[in-house]
Amino acid sequence: MSFIKKPKIDLPGQLHNEIGLLKRDYEGAMSTLCAGCGHDSITAAIVQAFWELSIPPEKVIKLSGIGCSSKTPAYFLSGAHGFNSVHGRMPSVAIGAHSGNRDLVCIGVSGDGDSLSIGFGQFGHAVRRNLNMLYIIENNGVYGLTKGQFSAAADKGSKSKRGDINQWKNIDAVSTAISMGSSFVARSFSGDREQLVTLIKAGIMHPGCAILDVVSPCVTFNNHPGSTKSYTYTRDHYHPASQTDFITPASEIKVSYAEGTSTVVELHDGSKLLLKKASSGYDATDRSRVMRYLEQQRAQGEVVTGLLYINAELPEMHRIYRTSETPMKDVAFEELNPGSEALAKLQARMR
Amino acid sequence: MSESRVNDFVLKIGTVNGTGSASANGLLLKAFFRMGIPVTGKNLFPSNIQGLPTWYGIRVNHKGYMARSKRVDVMVALNAQTYQKDMDNVTPGGFLIYDSTWPRERQLSRNDITVLGVPLAKLCNENFSDARVRILMKNIAYVGILAALLNIDTKILRALIEETFASKPKLVESNLKAINLGFNYAKDNFTCPLPTHAETMGNNSKHIMIDGNSAAGLGCVYAGATVGAWYPITPSTGLMDAYKAYCKMFRIDKETGKKNYVIIQAEDELAAAGTVLGANWVGARAFTPTSGPGISLMSEFIGFAYYTEIPSVFFNVQRVGPSTGMPTRTQQCDIMLCAYASHGDTQHPLLFPADPYECFEMAVSAFDLAERLQTPVFVLSDLDIGMNDWMIPELKWDDNYQPDRGKVLSSGDVDKLEKFYRYLDVDGDGIAARTLPGENAKGAYFVRGSGHNKHGMYTESSEEYKDLVDRLLVKWKTARALVPKPVLIKARKETPIGIIAYGSSHGAVIEALDDLREKGIEADYMRVRAFPFNGEVTRFVEQHETIFVVEQNRDAQLRSLLILETNTDARKLIPVLHYSGMPIPTSCVVEGICEHLCAKDVA
Repeated sequence: MSFIKKPKIDLPGQLHNEIGLLKRDYEGAMSTLCAGCGHDSITAAIVQAFWELSIPPEKVIKLSGIGCSSKTPAYFLSGAHGFNSVHGRMPSVAIGAHSGNRDLVCIGVSGDGDSLSIGFGQFGHAVRRNLNMLYIIENNGVYGLTKGQFSAAADKGSKSKRGDINQWKNIDAVSTAISMGSSFVARSFSGDREQLVTLIKAGIMHPGCAILDVVSPCVTFNNHPGSTKSYTYTRDHYHPASQTDFITPASEIKVSYAEGTSTVVELHDGSKLLLKKASSGYDATDRSRVMRYLEQQRAQGEVVTGLLYINAELPEMHRIYRTSETPMKDVAFEELNPGSEALAKLQARMR
Repeated sequence: MSESRVNDFVLKIGTVNGTGSASANGLLLKAFFRMGIPVTGKNLFPSNIQGLPTWYGIRVNHKGYMARSKRVDVMVALNAQTYQKDMDNVTPGGFLIYDSTWPRERQLSRNDITVLGVPLAKLCNENFSDARVRILMKNIAYVGILAALLNIDTKILRALIEETFASKPKLVESNLKAINLGFNYAKDNFTCPLPTHAETMGNNSKHIMIDGNSAAGLGCVYAGATVGAWYPITPSTGLMDAYKAYCKMFRIDKETGKKNYVIIQAEDELAAAGTVLGANWVGARAFTPTSGPGISLMSEFIGFAYYTEIPSVFFNVQRVGPSTGMPTRTQQCDIMLCAYASHGDTQHPLLFPADPYECFEMAVSAFDLAERLQTPVFVLSDLDIGMNDWMIPELKWDDNYQPDRGKVLSSGDVDKLEKFYRYLDVDGDGIAARTLPGENAKGAYFVRGSGHNKHGMYTESSEEYKDLVDRLLVKWKTARALVPKPVLIKARKETPIGIIAYGSSHGAVIEALDDLREKGIEADYMRVRAFPFNGEVTRFVEQHETIFVVEQNRDAQLRSLLILETNTDARKLIPVLHYSGMPIPTSCVVEGICEHLCAKDVA
């Protein structure tokens, strides 16, 4: 880790986004993670994505649980309110925050221990409610802060730094999320910056709970031969099932693809996701085929990435619930309080 | 042999749960209430949906005593399974009514009570054809019998039935028929009314009947709470049911159908607590109703909210512990748990409502206090208050009330600052200003349960850590002056004896004061309404030689808090405890105090 205060320097030639902000306006404090940690690459991709989308930082809330991954919200968007909650409980705080103010853009950062072990229940229920948020799982298969125990995401047969072989089947965030009825499930790799930025952007704009599982190697405890979450293993077994382009409402789809090779998914704000099919004919909107394909690839130890499943039509929590458009925290007290006359009338029935 | 007890008796009805007796019992309760007689009803029910014994006790008392009385003046024993026990419980000189459709064993009798047999099942079978209706109408028929025996105004009964079934005229007809069946049978076969009976008195028009959970749920609506998160647990469930019902009434836009409230039925209590914190963090008033086991589960988040200073309101409708305990019985057993919930040095304000009236009032003050103090606040109700119907003065609302949102800086306020620091105590009251997400990037801060300094930054510095937790003690001192003050009832003359009680033990103490006076014992009574204790409580403890602390738990929990927080001599504080799971009866208070004073005299 570095203990030098992060300098904010105006470099010549820096670009302003549509709302006149520089990329550094989307940065946060200096990371205290190990040099080479996959999580720092994800942080950089988050900064890039928010900058490209021109979202005002103050409109964003960033939440996390406990663990290395959950430290990262301090390292991006210093202009956004942050909430580093208790272990595995980030989703419930996000549900509350979004209940109180539905206008906030919500990003949650969690880890494989945080979401697939201690917080498995809350992870499932955020998906079930289709809470409008981007939910990133920074997945390294290992508990870093407690020095290298296997997590529930560690593959069976994977070797720990000390040489132990993992005996337990892993919990796969992607297939779990799809089977729970998730509306958006993607997987990426901290080493694939381009894909990651696109998927983060798509996840932010997706009107529902976007699950993004990112293989993010732990350089200190899980980057050795025999580990299935190392840089080397991931690079060797990594293949995108589909390629996604994110297109803002203002821009047009300029490139045309041959009929049958791409699918366009339109989001509620008018932005579009262009899913280009790989040779396998992968279709991210066909849930049962997606599940079968993922299962096949998983059995072969392959790391399938990309936007793996999407259904932009599933209503998010507030649409299901029919919450007022005005954020709850802004509804005037006079509208919330029925007043003395109503109370008197109500009590007539209590006699 | 029976003395005349007019407007001063206890009526108890023993049935099987799931047979529909609740509506009949409610009918009786309301009828006495409308006759202008102070009345209270207590439901004793199993943790079960159908088939187990259940009792309903109605105390009618012209003096207005609301506590549970151990007397049973009139027993309606309709459950064969508990018949023997029900008969044993009748106070000598009392009456027992039973269903004489089937022969009764001769040994099940007593000479010191009057036994009245009514062929209830037979009457209903002859007059109603449907099997389910027969069972339901048996309940209504005993209301008719009691109407004749206890002199209940039948015009009131008729009105109540007509109101209840306004939309189902057929049911009005069958219910009235059942009332008449019972009423006429009693008139034809017994001398009516009994020496123990009701007579129209006074006027309860300035009063209502309501349970504490409904009142607290209504209080949340009036407080402007917009987010409620919960996990169902007896006996708190009624609170969220009420909140939802009143929100449906007052918070749905008539044109769009859109809701000005969000209710989240969470996956567990941990998630409910997290949701409450998240909502309060962004500036919405949010709460959770739960009971003891829920507080155990929420404790991690409670400590988090204490340390990160997020306002939050927790209703704990207490039930019998430890562990699952007895979910449908009452206790005041979570005082210590809530006062210091969570690991590390933590302490939380507690409010102790004594009845549904205060449940309503304190629901509102809980939100004000939580936001003023930026900390979790607990409203400690219990099953007796929460689930039973109480007669209370009409609820009042001051339309000039404005919620106290505490120190919240607007975007404009933040702009005026050179820099915003989340935990900086500018005013010296231990409370720092907060900002809300979504408003101003300059006001952004990072909530963290890990060590943080007054600027809101992560720290592992001993000095910075201590600086922050010591400031929380300053806030605790501020809380002392803000929480509801105790209520003092002075004795008629100077006395070295004091009584301290709180919550649902109040009714028993009030009645006990009169009973003790008859025995020549005068005591000052202080009803504590909140923790931390303010100066008045400390002074009361200092000024009395012997203080009886009346509470409904085994370990004298409030007494422990008094010893810890007032530095008083523990020997001065004499515990008077009741923890059977039944609401505390007056006799327990009287006996507890007398025993101690007599023992002292002998010594």
